[in-house]
Amino acid sequence: MNPNKKLEVVGHSRRRVDSRAKSTGQTRFADDLSLPRMLHCKLLRSPHPHAIIESIDFSRAAGYPGVHLVLTGKDFPIPFGIMPVAQDEYPLAPERVRYVGDSVAAVIARDEKTAEEALLLIEVKYRLLPTIASPEEGLANPQPRIHDYGEQGNIHRNQSYEFGDVEEALANSDHVFEDLFFYEGDNHMALEQQASLAVVEGDGKLTLSTSTQDPHYLHRQLSQVLQMSASQIRVIAVQNGGGFGGKCDPAGHEMVVSKAALMLGRPVKICLTRQEVFYQHRGRHPVLMKFRTGVTKDGKLTAMHLQTLLDGGAYGSHGPASTFYTGVLTPVTYELPRFKFDACRVFTNKPACGPKRGHGTPQPRFGQEVQLDKIAEKLGLDPAEMRLNMVTKADSLTASWLKIGSNGLAECIRQVVERSGWKDKHGKLPEGRGIGIACSSYMCGAGVSIYWNKMPHSGVQLMLDRSGQVTVFCGATEVGQGSDDVLATIVAEVLGISTSQIRCVTGDTGITPIDLGSYSSRVTIMMGNAAMQAAGRVHDLIIAAVAEKLDTLPNSVVMSQGRVFAAEDPNKGMSFAEAVVVAATKFGTLGTVGSYTPPKPPGKFKGSGVGPSPAYSFSACVVETEVDTATGMIHIPKIWIAHDLGQAINAVHARGQVIGGIYMGLGEALMEEQVFRRLPPKLSSALVHKIPSMLEYKTLTSLDMPEVEVMLIEDPDPNCPFGAKEAGQGPLLPVMPAVANAIWDAVGVRIDEVPITPDKILRALELKRAGKNPRVGPERFPEVPYPDPVFVLPPGEGGDGNESKKAERSPAHRLVEVTAS
Amino acid sequence: MMRLPWFNYRAPRSVAEAARILAAEGPDAKLIAGGTDLLPNMKRRQQTPATLVSLRQVDGLKRLVNGQGLTLGAGLTLSEVLAASALRDNYRALWQAASQVASPQLRNMGTLGGNLCLDTRCLYYNQNEDWRRAIDFCMKRDGTTCWVATGSKRCLAVSSSDTAPALIALGAKVRLMSAAGEREVALGDLYRNDGIDYLTRQPDEILTEVALPDQSGWKSAYWKLRRRSSFDFPLLGVAAAVRTAADGTVEEARIVLGAVSSRPLLTVAGALLVGGQLTDEAIAAAGKKAASAAKPMDNTDLDLYWRKDVVSTFVSYALREIRGDDMSATRLRITRQVL
Repeated sequence: MNPNKKLEVVGHSRRRVDSRAKSTGQTRFADDLSLPRMLHCKLLRSPHPHAIIESIDFSRAAGYPGVHLVLTGKDFPIPFGIMPVAQDEYPLAPERVRYVGDSVAAVIARDEKTAEEALLLIEVKYRLLPTIASPEEGLANPQPRIHDYGEQGNIHRNQSYEFGDVEEALANSDHVFEDLFFYEGDNHMALEQQASLAVVEGDGKLTLSTSTQDPHYLHRQLSQVLQMSASQIRVIAVQNGGGFGGKCDPAGHEMVVSKAALMLGRPVKICLTRQEVFYQHRGRHPVLMKFRTGVTKDGKLTAMHLQTLLDGGAYGSHGPASTFYTGVLTPVTYELPRFKFDACRVFTNKPACGPKRGHGTPQPRFGQEVQLDKIAEKLGLDPAEMRLNMVTKADSLTASWLKIGSNGLAECIRQVVERSGWKDKHGKLPEGRGIGIACSSYMCGAGVSIYWNKMPHSGVQLMLDRSGQVTVFCGATEVGQGSDDVLATIVAEVLGISTSQIRCVTGDTGITPIDLGSYSSRVTIMMGNAAMQAAGRVHDLIIAAVAEKLDTLPNSVVMSQGRVFAAEDPNKGMSFAEAVVVAATKFGTLGTVGSYTPPKPPGKFKGSGVGPSPAYSFSACVVETEVDTATGMIHIPKIWIAHDLGQAINAVHARGQVIGGIYMGLGEALMEEQVFRRLPPKLSSALVHKIPSMLEYKTLTSLDMPEVEVMLIEDPDPNCPFGAKEAGQGPLLPVMPAVANAIWDAVGVRIDEVPITPDKILRALELKRAGKNPRVGPERFPEVPYPDPVFVLPPGEGGDGNESKKAERSPAHRLVEVTAS
Repeated sequence: MMRLPWFNYRAPRSVAEAARILAAEGPDAKLIAGGTDLLPNMKRRQQTPATLVSLRQVDGLKRLVNGQGLTLGAGLTLSEVLAASALRDNYRALWQAASQVASPQLRNMGTLGGNLCLDTRCLYYNQNEDWRRAIDFCMKRDGTTCWVATGSKRCLAVSSSDTAPALIALGAKVRLMSAAGEREVALGDLYRNDGIDYLTRQPDEILTEVALPDQSGWKSAYWKLRRRSSFDFPLLGVAAAVRTAADGTVEEARIVLGAVSSRPLLTVAGALLVGGQLTDEAIAAAGKKAASAAKPMDNTDLDLYWRKDVVSTFVSYALREIRGDDMSATRLRITRQVL
């Protein structure tokens, strides 16, 4: 394929391939599926936050008219979990429940209502255990342990990494800033509630159609839990009504309906209620953070020591990865010569936290960007200029051994500064109005698979037939982000046809090559590269055959606009369909495969597998606010965002992703919170989700959404298909800190935690009026027994990417003057 | 999805027939109009009536008489109320209140009568049955304790109607009909400060009509506090109506607060305004007085102390709007709508 060919499909604003179905309601989500003789499943959930199950008597439920089967933990002896190091969940709790909502039994009945009625007949005897409601409580109470594995007590994961001697660098800094931040947990709030339908097909194999982002990982876990060969199981990822990370974990209910279908020989379906979605959760971890950051007097970073404490909830989920992500991407945005991060995840008696859009990184991003604003303020620097002066370089290595490819951050900053009128506004707007900036970066696909293997991360298969029809098979999963459109676009571009000529068959472990799933912003890059390879191979077959027919050389044959022709004489050629016939005549049935494996990461130390990515996206965001000083109420009239996505695949769709990120980020900044209520301990042991409903768990309505001006910065990355990087997660990251920084500019108060609510602003304003520190945020960071760090020398200090011994350092280095900001 | 419990369904054609059914069925029967409040509550088993008596096909409940005063049938949907001619000019508080109830779709279903009889709300109560089981239920349904204030003898669930405070400020009366007869009461007297027994309406009575007096000389406004600009129930509603003489002297004033107790709260703050002009000082004093009566609890959204803190500001918004100040920018900031 000619690399200099002008792009005909990629980059243009086009109707998505799935838009007709989505806008007319034709798309069938999992809960739309229905089969003859289908039964329905409901789960009995624990009313206690922490208890031993002493006995379950389900005889009355089993005998209830219309009930076909009752399952309990005894039916599922094998545990599971998305991460190999955290196999700590059971489809139904066998002996212990760990949060209100943990599932204990399942009833399969002729309809949902019958199942629901039968649930009330199941008698469970519980012995209550003391509960852990927060990481602080978990640290203070090693007993009772919520799980009998983990680091110690209720600490699930505990780790420390140091890249270069951070204390030494802090001691030599002109200023050291120390700040605490807190980021509340939140839920994904996908509009579609998870649903699953299991059926034993005519050939005796099990098919599970389900709302999942990762059918491949689910496929493996189903095989493990059901003790069945994976070749006997087919997982179909039905089009998802949003995922955002909430459908990445294999879920207990998926195992339950599969088992029931196998036992009963009838289709079995479940659809979670919204409350159950809040129980399944796997959302953003609440994270407490402490930053100690050294800077030179002209505002360059010298070193950072970041400590995080994560509230993990009751199960491991993606927690081991989430724990890493509260640190590892921090050095990608700005030049940071030395970096240390300690991270600790604690089990608590609440629904498990996991990956949500930005996975573990929005929390430290919030802290870092707000702290930078404070540093700029203290040093008398313009916050935008200061950032611009220290952006990381293209084709560089961070102190933590992450390889950055293309980098459009400087251009992103310049664009939002210019378009927002930053220079005329920052520090210059009347009291009550303000403007704030923040930046971020994000990965384009995790460089390492969730389970260890050396196989490709994505595979694509193409089938062409004599009608000119092109069918693309790929395990990638459409969760609303537009992956089918990306897939069709890339193949169409390579073959010189339009996306309407392509049929996408995706997310089906029975008939599509494996793709690891829709997580870590990996699909465009990994599926895209695999698709380019597969399409490139069929392109080469077609031009070879057509060249022979046209009596010319293959490299002078062009595939463009639905035709295949000689470059020297465009009239000499044929339609795409005719070209397929010519090629099939010469080579036989046309089909190719492509696959993609990410480059080997440069870091070699233990733990270096989390963070590396084939490429990184960058964003800069400016938020304007109006704050009412009488009430603390916040109004956001406008947001500007520039996102370096390498190359847009579909421009209007990329903008949609960016605006969607802003929407979610603004919700997290202002209102979203997954919070719990503990009743007075003398009267009750309850620890319940405070607001498990779509009405009371607040997300923005369309009326609350400000105008957003999007600038797409296209700095193509050589590792990516047509240079295209991610747009699905990165644009969310700078929103929350930009809001906080704009509030400071508007009314001179610091809210060092999200969500930023009017009562917090009013409280900070009262502190300001009283002459006190006008800040609302966490006041203390508990003692956490972090381990000794894995010490790695940064690339600039002669390191080779391996762990090394740290040079002796004198205790005097600890005597650093700390500027509390 | 959550499924409804079993119930009998009756669809009478007249108020008299509906009243006879209610009388015969007793308190286990409930009226249903738009169903936007009752049906979700039934799915959560907050209410499990044996019989639903539908008002959908009952004649006369959509009557609208707009002349000297305004008579509104209780069966009018909120959207139909909003479409009544001159409502925006002459009954502004009602217009502003009705247009902020829930969302457009819910206003197309929900009725005026339904909004007035809206069940009181509480974060310990408006939950699924299994959630409530996890806290061993509460006083309002199936339990004994009020978890909002465990020492409380009465239920502290919150009156969450937008239209009720507005209509009380406008001096509305409601007509109640039963098999035994009919009566008319001032709307304020329909409510009781008890989260469980929050209406003085008898179980066999049907609210058929809302009558508003002529508003010559009156100006009114309604301001709603909530987290988002749509969907949400009020965290505070401020309805104010003021009658002034030609020289601007206040002759009569009513300030009613919503969502700060188990009933719409007619405050004494209005009396402070009578005899004077609507000066900034008078408005501030009225706001302060109204705020002292508000008793928000930790059973709705947002911080309860903050909700009390902003009462006086919201009262001042309403009174300044009545005075003729251009409040559209503030409206736009707070509600993203010019009302």
